[in-house]
Amino acid sequence: MIERRPVLDVISHAVLIGGALVIAFPLYVAFVASTHSLEDVMRMPMPLLPGGRFLENYTQVLFAGTTTGSRAAVWDMLINSTVMALAVPVGKITISILSSFAIVYFRFPLRNFFFWMIFVTLMLPVEVRIIPTFKVMADLGLLNTYAGLTLPLIASATATFLFRQFFMTIPDELAEAARMDGAGPVRFFWDVVIPLSKTTMAALFVIQFIYGWNQYLWPLLITSDESMYTVVIGIKRMIVGGDAANEWQLVMATAILAMLPPALVVLLMQKWFVKGLVETEK
Amino acid sequence: MEKRVTFRSAWLPYALLAPQLAITVVFFFWPAGQAVWYSFQLQDPFGLSTQFVWFDNFIALFRDPHYYASFRTTAIFTFSVAALSICISLLLAVMADRVVRFALVYKTILIWPYAVAAAVAGVLWSFMFAPSIGIVTFVLKAMGVDWNWILKGDQAMLLVVIASVWKQIPHNFLFFLAGLQSIPKSLIEAAAIDGAGPARRFWSIVVPLLSPTTFFLLVVDLVYAFFETFGVIDATTMGGPAQATQILVYKVYHDGVKSADIGGSSAQSVILMIIVIALTAIQFRFIERKVHY
Repeated sequence: MIERRPVLDVISHAVLIGGALVIAFPLYVAFVASTHSLEDVMRMPMPLLPGGRFLENYTQVLFAGTTTGSRAAVWDMLINSTVMALAVPVGKITISILSSFAIVYFRFPLRNFFFWMIFVTLMLPVEVRIIPTFKVMADLGLLNTYAGLTLPLIASATATFLFRQFFMTIPDELAEAARMDGAGPVRFFWDVVIPLSKTTMAALFVIQFIYGWNQYLWPLLITSDESMYTVVIGIKRMIVGGDAANEWQLVMATAILAMLPPALVVLLMQKWFVKGLVETEK
Repeated sequence: MEKRVTFRSAWLPYALLAPQLAITVVFFFWPAGQAVWYSFQLQDPFGLSTQFVWFDNFIALFRDPHYYASFRTTAIFTFSVAALSICISLLLAVMADRVVRFALVYKTILIWPYAVAAAVAGVLWSFMFAPSIGIVTFVLKAMGVDWNWILKGDQAMLLVVIASVWKQIPHNFLFFLAGLQSIPKSLIEAAAIDGAGPARRFWSIVVPLLSPTTFFLLVVDLVYAFFETFGVIDATTMGGPAQATQILVYKVYHDGVKSADIGGSSAQSVILMIIVIALTAIQFRFIERKVHY
């Protein structure tokens, strides 16, 4: 606070309240819609206070799916999403911590070449190689499998960079001391590097959990079997046509269920989330 | 930057790199190479015969008015998304940086859409704007606006822009907030002592000092609007009506998956790759500059 500006304070709060309302409004509407019957939701305007069908709607989507669109139960989709959202960060952290350890702590032929190989993957997002990647997956027999869902997403240059950057800040004295004490690279990795990297890992985990949970294009290509749908794909499959054809109350219940786990991660681990976001992109 | 202290082993570094390199080669280089290879080929839709056609796919693309239209759509879409999400987030971040009371509440509410998947964001907004039942449609109709994005291209574009901006605000907001908090308070105080009011301080100190953050966010937002908004578009307009919201990435998907035009779609992929490489190059040049800033 540099000076008292009561008018400006009022404006600030007004802008923030307005912004917060607009940002939160879709969530509120979705929640309200998910607690009403279809007739109520289709009425113009729809009610703006929660109704009494919370349990019915959520039980139906969780265990039976919709009747007009996809009939897959959302419970199974949530399990698929969870598998994906856990496998992606765990896989990513594992392979990138290993590769960046090799790049930072060893001198070996082709080191720079390998580093650049990992680096250029930044320039090849799934979206630019849709058809050929699909063919590769089909050739390898990975369609409709968890391996197919997760493996291609765990290679990432960003995580490797992040660990590399962090390793550069580990004082050389630690490695020297370890070597004097007779510790080899594996011992040094386990007993020094891994414990020091815990905060970086936590931050990465939060960001990558959200990334894995929210994947859309990749699961859309790779899953044709209802039992392999993730919840984000499931919502899309529930929408079958025009406004009137969809069971909006069930679609919105699914949307709430799809938002809940990543939103909880963001809210409960806000500190790690902010750290991970700001650091992975720099 | 290099480490002074290193370990020596003939095989260990290769073993450590192997998992990442294996995945990179199988899922990145091989498909990317295939994309380039297919882009020079003409395949019939059933994949029965293939013909090597040199640059015919590219020539056909650049003769196709739809492709130019898609470029135009992409340009309008990406710049609207980037500009709006930067301006709105900057405004919110500046205000959030000022207030003390409820600061955490505002921050928490403003960042949660980051957790929402692009496709789910699309579904939420298309429900609120649904032509016959949407709650916002109801208000617009009461105000005399004839709202139907299923038929009107410009309204469809507006819808996908709103949904994409909404999803990107938390990201930009956090970066601006971090940027604002790193501006030394002494600079602002000195300006205040010299008699500069809040507006003057904002334009003469805050905006210039935030310019690295703003430029960084501009590039990130352009990349976001280019690629990650696929889910928003697929869950709402599916590129329609009449291709009014068919951005380049959506066209690659549509032509390749829905129309099974492998050669044409791969040629588009190759052009997209060139665009990403250019954007990444700009981003990295800029990051190198920022180190010296």
